[in-house]
Amino acid sequence: MKRLLILSTALTGLAVSAQASDLTVMSWGGAYGAAQTEAHVKPFAAKTGIATVMVDSDNPATPIKAAVEAGNVTTDVASVEYADAVRLCDEGLLEPIDINALPPGADGTPASEDFLPGAVTECGVSTDIWAQVYAYDTTKFPEGAAPTTVADFFDLKKFPGKRGMRKGAKTMLEMALMADGVPPAEVYATLSTPEGVDRAFAKLDTIKDQVVWWEAGAQPPQLLADGEVVMTSAYNGRIFNAAVGEGKPFKIVWDGQIYENEMYVIPKGAPNKDKALEFIKFATSTEGLQAQAQQISYGPARKSANATEIIYKDGKTVMGPNLPTAPENMANALESSFEFWVDKDAELNERFNAWLASN
Amino acid sequence: MPADPFVTAPPALLTTSDGRPLKAALAQAQGRARRRAFLLVAPLLAFVIFTFVLPIAQMLQRSVYHDGFSANAPAVRAWFAATVPGTPPDETAFAALAQDFRQMKADKTAGLAGTRVNYTLPESRSLFTATARKADDLAPPYRDAFLAISAKWASPAVWQAMRSAASPYTSDFYLIATDFERADDGTPRRVQENQRIYVYLFVKTFVLSGVITLLCLLLAFPVAHLLATLPMARANLLMILVLLPFWTSLLVRTSSWIVMLQGQGVVNDLLVATGVVDDQNRLEMMYNQLGTIIVMTHILLPFMILPLYSVMKVIPPSYARAARSLGATSWTTFRRIYLPQTLPGIGAGAILVFILAVGYYITPALVGGADGQLISNLIDFHMDKSNWSLAAALSAMLLAGVLVIYWLYDRLVGIDNLKFG
Repeated sequence: MKRLLILSTALTGLAVSAQASDLTVMSWGGAYGAAQTEAHVKPFAAKTGIATVMVDSDNPATPIKAAVEAGNVTTDVASVEYADAVRLCDEGLLEPIDINALPPGADGTPASEDFLPGAVTECGVSTDIWAQVYAYDTTKFPEGAAPTTVADFFDLKKFPGKRGMRKGAKTMLEMALMADGVPPAEVYATLSTPEGVDRAFAKLDTIKDQVVWWEAGAQPPQLLADGEVVMTSAYNGRIFNAAVGEGKPFKIVWDGQIYENEMYVIPKGAPNKDKALEFIKFATSTEGLQAQAQQISYGPARKSANATEIIYKDGKTVMGPNLPTAPENMANALESSFEFWVDKDAELNERFNAWLASN
Repeated sequence: MPADPFVTAPPALLTTSDGRPLKAALAQAQGRARRRAFLLVAPLLAFVIFTFVLPIAQMLQRSVYHDGFSANAPAVRAWFAATVPGTPPDETAFAALAQDFRQMKADKTAGLAGTRVNYTLPESRSLFTATARKADDLAPPYRDAFLAISAKWASPAVWQAMRSAASPYTSDFYLIATDFERADDGTPRRVQENQRIYVYLFVKTFVLSGVITLLCLLLAFPVAHLLATLPMARANLLMILVLLPFWTSLLVRTSSWIVMLQGQGVVNDLLVATGVVDDQNRLEMMYNQLGTIIVMTHILLPFMILPLYSVMKVIPPSYARAARSLGATSWTTFRRIYLPQTLPGIGAGAILVFILAVGYYITPALVGGADGQLISNLIDFHMDKSNWSLAAALSAMLLAGVLVIYWLYDRLVGIDNLKFG
């Protein structure tokens, strides 16, 4: 018993000392968290001598909201989705970040002109641009008869087999409309009308009995690898890591991709606000963004970071064509609309869940 | 008048040897014992209060309380308080709104207020944030100024939604959780058919939990009987087979079932190899309701076996033998003698499995696919979307459902008949 006490005391001491770092960054774990640890956390700690630790969360926006509301903030920097960065900012839960405080690009362009439009908001700075795409198993379709457009995803006659789709209204409704022939520029206008929503669900209806629904980002590559599905919607970085990193026969179809910025934010009342800002300046500099893009195939949101070629950590794969921001991948692409989803999230997800549960 | 011979002097007080009244000494001694007993239980009591009672109370409070709008719009709130429901907004109302919006812009709380209104009226949030952005330009006449920003400010629906959000205490979340919404005049009505989800899922959750409980009972009864009647050595081996999965991580067991049952999984491969099904028509046992039932039944099985076993272990075999020797058939013996004696175990196992199944979350999330979802998955969904009040309302309804089942059980079987081992 006594030994147990000593042991548990020692463990608690360890846990406390682990928390007693100078800067805490919260991200998504998995391949993405690992990329940010390698590209941002470790070099920042090495350069400045500030002890920086990375902690994982399923979705950092949720614990941050809880922490700020409870007045007990332990995280200094968090990586959150664009919509959450704006939403939390609107609700006064984040520290504002001045764009002019950010370093200029490597070529000297001021930050306000170097960042892509929308990549810096009142409270957040983009770390990368990621995309919702779909990918297929190249062994299931012969060369020349492989799917190439977003409409092909819904074509069960030409491309029979199960599909993987994200279980949620967001991005799936947009994908359905684009497959039904709505140009990206009109997707959100269409989805704002009841007829447009009906049209999207009608399109989803056509493949409903062939869909395997996934929730975690790690699932779609797994479903493809297991042969459970022949094609699946997925986050492009996960497919890239499986295809290039692990040599899986997966290919991404960029037609109809839906892209979005991922943001670093500082929660209101962060214990090390100044160091947090230093970290963000470091991580979202031209070099910082490039370093992350060497780890995972999400595009840097600075023009200067896209100006030079980025090589994957394997030392040979050129990242350019694998990024959502590559011009050839942007031919038929949709930028996810934050405003639309904050407004309609509850309503459309209720409809989506009801649709899903009905047979 | 002669003195009544039966009246005696009042008896002298009983005292202890040191002269104190016995009653007081006893009360003191008992009080001390009680205090000591309480001190022993105090840590547990504090633990239960802090980790169980308080969180549940907080959850219940959250399901009826949301001050996102009311705390940030005091002026409009005062106007609502002064007018009867259904009053069309006049210039005073718009002036109050303008005052609130200026404050919201300064405090950066328009998103918070808009989110609250958005729960009952979609598209309100962007209306609030867009208006707050232009709040400093608002000037009399305020009605026109607001309408210039968005024509929606004239809509009775917006004003009704704000009126209903103006009180921090609200039944809105329970309305949503039962598939209702408020019409423009504030009366509840059912939402459109293609939006109805919660009631359906509640019913489904309870039905599926019932099915799983029944399956567990059918599977566990023979196993528990075997465990109770086998010779010690073999019973121990069987017990290990029951306990080993019980001690294995829930996620590991769920993932193993995915490997077993999926389309390209072990079971399907075997069936295809033996020619039972052909390659094109592999059985769909995963990512649907069937998957949820199979995996949850397996995971919850030990919770049925163990209480059954503990009850069966102490049933004297002589009762059954006596029944047989008196001429009962084996079926009658089972039905009239054995089964009634196992009822406390059945009750305990069933209520344990059912209550666990009703709140189960991770397994249906992983293997449930589209139609194997339970209400807990939607609670998680709303937690993730930061709509904690709706999640709390759904949880409260789930809790109420479980309490009703518990109450029914107590009335029908009697809670003191429960035997967990």
